[in-house]
Amino acid sequence: MTPLPGSPTPRRRVRGRWHGTDTVFQYAVRAAAALVIVVLVATAVFLVQQAWPALRQYGILSYLLSDRWAPSEATATGRHPNPYGIAQFAYGTAVTSLIAMVLAVPVAVAVSLYLTEIAPRWLRRWLSGLVDLLAAIPSVVYGFWGIFALIPAVRPAGVWVSRTLGTAPVIGPLFAGPFFGVSYLVAGLVLAIMILPIITAICREVFATVPTEDKESALALGATRWEMVRMAVLPRSRSGIAGAAVLGLGRAVGETIAVTMVIGNNALSITTSLLGPGATMASVIANEFTESTEPFHLQSLMVVGAWLLVIALAVNTVGKLIVRRTREDIA
Amino acid sequence: MAAPASTSASAARRGLPRRLSVNTAMTVVLCLVTAGVVALLLWILGYVAGQGLKYLGPMFLTHTPPGDPSQAGGGFANGIVGSLVIVGIATGLSVPVGIAAAVHMVEYRGRLARACGFLTDVLIGLPSIVTGAFVYALWVAHFGFSGLAGAVALGLIMLPLVIRATAEVLRLVPVELREASLALGVSRARTVMSIVLPTARSGIVTGVMLAVARAMGETAPLLLTALGNDLFLETNPTRRMSTLSLQIFSNAITGFATAQARAWAGTLTLVVIVLVLSVGARLISRRGIVRSAR
Repeated sequence: MTPLPGSPTPRRRVRGRWHGTDTVFQYAVRAAAALVIVVLVATAVFLVQQAWPALRQYGILSYLLSDRWAPSEATATGRHPNPYGIAQFAYGTAVTSLIAMVLAVPVAVAVSLYLTEIAPRWLRRWLSGLVDLLAAIPSVVYGFWGIFALIPAVRPAGVWVSRTLGTAPVIGPLFAGPFFGVSYLVAGLVLAIMILPIITAICREVFATVPTEDKESALALGATRWEMVRMAVLPRSRSGIAGAAVLGLGRAVGETIAVTMVIGNNALSITTSLLGPGATMASVIANEFTESTEPFHLQSLMVVGAWLLVIALAVNTVGKLIVRRTREDIA
Repeated sequence: MAAPASTSASAARRGLPRRLSVNTAMTVVLCLVTAGVVALLLWILGYVAGQGLKYLGPMFLTHTPPGDPSQAGGGFANGIVGSLVIVGIATGLSVPVGIAAAVHMVEYRGRLARACGFLTDVLIGLPSIVTGAFVYALWVAHFGFSGLAGAVALGLIMLPLVIRATAEVLRLVPVELREASLALGVSRARTVMSIVLPTARSGIVTGVMLAVARAMGETAPLLLTALGNDLFLETNPTRRMSTLSLQIFSNAITGFATAQARAWAGTLTLVVIVLVLSVGARLISRRGIVRSAR
């Protein structure tokens, strides 16, 4: 309990102004630390409590089994079918986050390799500062920029993809047109930019922990710099990169405003095409919260919120554990 | 970009030209990807600046929006004031608690401290809209939408950021300083207050500034708590309030070019505030005492 040496004995004899406050202080900081746990538990409890009337009305499973969200069909007494199916939001969250991860992870690995292994020292500080600035830009700014700058820029590519891949067998439905801009794909693209800095930061940290001896041995054996990266840096960092990717995924899952602005907010059902409009769990809450007037509408949004909490916590905890274990492995 | 070292073994030499060209190719690829990311950042910032400067001016900073969003003119004065009030209260709530929790984590340790450390990381990953929904259930459902509820939500978002940043710098404070203080008969509490925290000050300030920057840009939780008030200047935090971020959001998604012009000016204002805080935080941390002890 007392990691710091020297405190126990003199306490009884020396009684300065501060000594009476020592215990008070200790309890105060302990209360502050306990608050973190209280907040997390209370978040779960209060969300479920708000969602409870709707859960009692429709049952838990009916939410996940239906992809039809039609608040106007809800009545105060009707129990079946559940007008608030949320499978399409789970689908939207999964698809946009996966697109973001697939796009962001390779770029993040490349950037952090450049920053840790190749860039000259004076450039490193500047470049990593710039990449970190991407994390500082607020979500609402990404969304606004996404609507007016990114969508016009990707529209030709989107139309081209819908014309070529959209008619292909098997994968065709995933890329079917028409492409208006607001879509899963653009939402994933914006998310990719937003999670890039966090993945880069963790990858950089992971690459920096690779022992210099390993790298020097590779070089001394005649490896080129890229071979050194491939043989000494990357194998050691595999699980660290995985952890970074999962933490990026966790960030993407919860992103709200930017996604709400570029995904099109089609809550009615699952859209198969990645080029079509959809909704995510976070976006539907932001989009409908202030207009939720139908019976059980607000409570059903709280159900979505509770599931989002569960998913985000699970993803983040897994990511955190992977990164933490990697660090311990190296240490 | 030559290989840093080559062996004299002939077997290794045979594939050398190919290996060297692979090395060069990969170096170029990594360079280009990094340049692409920097270009992306410049594109975003440049676009925001270009659009924002069209309307940003004294009028924008000192006036409220016109009652009819399709009309030109007006500004986000109410949102700017609202942001300052709400983030100010959120900072006041989260910083003392966050620092105290970090002190417990680093100075006292134990099981609670370990749990707190892990849960702080978990809390950082909590989606901000979920925090908003929590504060809605906790507060708004009983007392109605208010700036104060928004401040509580932002405070909860800032809390884990403050804790983590503070804990990180506290760990850098040399143990010898604490030992010296305790050896003089100074109490634990006073050692923390007069020795440890002042030594870590610049690092804590950095962390707080980054947390404030984050809170400034948050929108989603405020939709569920402060709600927004696009009409007039509200300085009473017990009523619903607008913030810069909320006004950007609500004006951006209207179809009116006039409202969007205001939203772009607001975006530029917000980005400048956030970047000044982030870059400022970096500069402070670079000069910090603790940093040199690392």
